Amino acid sequence: MMNCKEATRMVSEGLDRDLALGEKLRLQLHLFICDYCRNFSKQGNFLRRAAQSANKRKSD
Amino acid sequence: MTLPDDQQLAEFRDYLLRYALYRLRDEAAAEEAVQDTLLAALQAKSGFGAQSSVKTWLTGILKHKIIDAQRKLCREPLQIDERVDSDGDVSDFDGLFDKTGHWGSDGPRTWANPDASLEQQDFWRMYEKCNERLTKRTALVFAMRESLGYEIEEICQNLEITATNCSVLLYRARMSLRLCLEKNWFGERS
Ligand SMILES: [Zn+2]
Repeated sequence: MMNCKEATRMVSEGLDRDLALGEKLRLQLHLFICDYCRNFSKQGNFLRRAAQSANKRKSD
Repeated sequence: MTLPDDQQLAEFRDYLLRYALYRLRDEAAAEEAVQDTLLAALQAKSGFGAQSSVKTWLTGILKHKIIDAQRKLCREPLQIDERVDSDGDVSDFDGLFDKTGHWGSDGPRTWANPDASLEQQDFWRMYEKCNERLTKRTALVFAMRESLGYEIEEICQNLEITATNCSVLLYRARMSLRLCLEKNWFGERS
């Protein structure tokens, strides 16, 4: 079973490359049972949206 | 050859500086890149007047200067807290996890309606502050990936670092930013 430390690394890597099927499944299983890591994953997506809209704000 | 007047030049300079600063996240490096760009533009044979869009032309020159500057920034001697990067070590966040590698009592919380914050000036001030806490290299890699949308391979190539190194820097950026925002912004709101 993946622990939270590994899961957060995997969430971060998933934002940068396509995860292998096995990695994806193990991560999903962890996220299914772990609220903290699910929050971490949502926050990672939010940081991406923030960085993109920061870029738009600056180039206006 | 037509030269732009002082006011035009100041406007271009402002624009280019913002452009460079955002990509380099380092004031001195951004100033230098813009300086070099304007110098190169003034020395160009075709001159300002011959360009259909001066802004586009200048930005094109600046892009090259920025890539040079990014490389240079990345080769600067590492600060002590950055040296661990090369081994893919992220032990600086170990304190957040318990002995078995699970979140302690202080795991990531639910951020209530975070996108509403994107409309608030105060949020952006805090966002900048949190970004400033990242080391130069971490901030640079995060901006290249998330604001500019570079692929990992392109970042590795441009900065001449390994993919592992790159993913460690990105993990560190995300972890630091979320911690900082949770503590200083979302904490009070959820
Ligand atoms: Zn977890």
